[in-house]
Amino acid sequence: MAALFEAQEVTKQFSNHRALDRVSIEVPENSIFGLLGPNGAGKTTLIRIINQITAPDNGQLFFQSEKLQPKHIHQIGYLPEERGLYKKMEVGEQALYLAQLKGLSKSDAQKRLKFWFEKFEIQPWWNKKVEELSKGMQQKVQFIVTVIHEPELIIFDEPFSGFDPINVNLLKDEILAIKERGATIIFSTHNMASVEELCDQIVLIDNSKKILEGSVKAIKQEYKSHTFELAYTEAKKDIKTLLGDDFEIISNSANEESQLAKIKLLNGKDQNDLLSLILPFASIISFNEILPTMNDIFISKVKGNIKE
Amino acid sequence: MSKIPLIIKREYLTRVKKKSFLIMTILGPILMAALFIVPIYVAQLKGDVKTIGIIDETGLFLDVFKNTDNLLFIPIDEDLETAKQNIVKNDLYAILHIPGTELSVPETGVLYSDKQPNIVVKDHVQNVIRKKVEALKLDASGVDPEILNSIKTKINLLTIKINKGGEEESSSTELSMAVGFISGLIIYFFIFMYGAQVMRGVIEEKTNRIVEIIVSSVKPFQLMMGKIIGVAMVGLTQFALWVIFTVIIVSGFLSIFSADVTSYQSSQLKLAEGNIPQTEALKSGGANEAAIAIFESIQSINFIVIIGAFVFFFIGGYLLYGAFFAAIGSAVDSETDTQQFMLPLTAPLILSIVLAQFIMVNPDGPVAFWLSIFPLTSPVIMMIRIPFGVPYFDLFLSMSLLILGFLGATWLAAKIYRTGILMYGKKISYKELWKWIKY
Repeated sequence: MAALFEAQEVTKQFSNHRALDRVSIEVPENSIFGLLGPNGAGKTTLIRIINQITAPDNGQLFFQSEKLQPKHIHQIGYLPEERGLYKKMEVGEQALYLAQLKGLSKSDAQKRLKFWFEKFEIQPWWNKKVEELSKGMQQKVQFIVTVIHEPELIIFDEPFSGFDPINVNLLKDEILAIKERGATIIFSTHNMASVEELCDQIVLIDNSKKILEGSVKAIKQEYKSHTFELAYTEAKKDIKTLLGDDFEIISNSANEESQLAKIKLLNGKDQNDLLSLILPFASIISFNEILPTMNDIFISKVKGNIKE
Repeated sequence: MSKIPLIIKREYLTRVKKKSFLIMTILGPILMAALFIVPIYVAQLKGDVKTIGIIDETGLFLDVFKNTDNLLFIPIDEDLETAKQNIVKNDLYAILHIPGTELSVPETGVLYSDKQPNIVVKDHVQNVIRKKVEALKLDASGVDPEILNSIKTKINLLTIKINKGGEEESSSTELSMAVGFISGLIIYFFIFMYGAQVMRGVIEEKTNRIVEIIVSSVKPFQLMMGKIIGVAMVGLTQFALWVIFTVIIVSGFLSIFSADVTSYQSSQLKLAEGNIPQTEALKSGGANEAAIAIFESIQSINFIVIIGAFVFFFIGGYLLYGAFFAAIGSAVDSETDTQQFMLPLTAPLILSIVLAQFIMVNPDGPVAFWLSIFPLTSPVIMMIRIPFGVPYFDLFLSMSLLILGFLGATWLAAKIYRTGILMYGKKISYKELWKWIKY
């Protein structure tokens, strides 16, 4: 897959700290790309550089293999984390204004807005002032003006904050639909569950440096701890004695019907070795690998980074 | 397509549609018209007549107190103590007691009243007594009052400007002062009112957090310029409406009251002349001469230059300050934080108004010259100087510097602005601002 957007060795220095230190990212076309990192890591700076709000001190930026330049602004949509609307302005008028700033003609903007307002069921609010809207509804308006010009690249910075679970789902569906349509999405969030759900690729930035990148699947594989969860009954022997030194039993608990053990493989043993040891002495109900969550990986990587 | 027109349109429409704009547009002319109308109207009113009782123990003054429109003088036969007790019963405003004296010429009088007598009454009484006493003293020293009257002369000094061609132009210092000061004052208020609006607009965008959405589609510079220009157009609209409405209201009022006004004016004229007895011929001649002189000096002021300069300095001054106001707005989080930056910025403007009187007295001095060249003070000071006649070189220099100043200010402000609008929750110092500019 070709890269839609590429940053090479981007460095940004503010007067007293370095926000980005030779960060390179490659956002594949038509993917959802997770931009992760703790607060103050440099994500917002990178996003602002992509949006050409600020310029990097060093490094190259490419959009569709072309050097990033002002004309690309119309092909990028941006929903900032710090977002708001003019409170005293009417909703429709404001949406029109923002859509026109994105380069749409007035009639075009009107047509598209009508479609989106109906889709999100906020048509009756067209003539209301923004301050009369609930926060969730304001967020919907902001979402609409982010995607209204059908950009090739859309950047969402914490898009779900302030939404109730129903609207979070609505938004997730929209984001997936936008990807379906062919757009590429950069998705910055602290919500790791939604990262696992939505992202194809991620990059983790901490302390202004990139510390991890790759596809979600590959990263999970890479960071797995070879731990398995085993549910069984009718054990004829204690599994501790059964397994010996090649396996570490992290936990073993019993409930009414079965027993549940978490077992880590040691000394290069694989899961088949484990199963063949247990199989003769117990009846196995379920057996599966425990993969680390993105949350675990995030925390361990960022903590490890501090130690280094 | 440039997006500045879109931004200008939004800034303009949202402000013009506000209720406060409508209210100000209506109230402004009413207030301005009131400035013209109220004095005339008040003059129409006859104050209530005040009666003053006189106890004159010298017997010299009874016939010099002539009744006026507002004051009625009556002699009282009672002695002072009874009169004082009867002041309310007799419906008297005050009692004037002139005690008898051993001297040939009395020099004291006492005004008794149950409330503090007003200053007009006091002055009137004092004047009448003084004149009589002076007359008595002159009489005593043998000077003929007629001689004295013939010495008193009213001087009507015409000031005549000689222009380069050697032609004479009559001018009126008072008129120049008025035209200059009023136009300077209007510029001053305009910069303050609409400059502050720019600043508030920027702060609003910042605190609403909409600014990041907008700067992802337009350059911060475009947003800033759009706002400054949009607000300027609001100001010009309001100003134009004010002028139109004021003219309508004042002319409407004058057409209703015109008859009364002329009679008021003529009575004023009589009053003024009444003080100085002159021969009838001299009087009318003097009045005509004065009227012609004023008329001539109105013509002598070059209104095309003044109006042209006014529009230029009005807009130029606003744009210069507007850029700075926008920069301040971008650097702070709320209006309460603006104080530390507002004071140094507005000091030159306030100084211009404070120095206005000095400039009017000395419109060609070095202070006036330098302040009318310096872009931060020139919009007000130059307008004060212009009606007195300013060399075209000065005017040209001042205008060029104002344009340069505006460009410089915008460049500087844009640097602060683009960093400031994305900076939250940080108290900004001058040192920090300097970093943004260098950056």
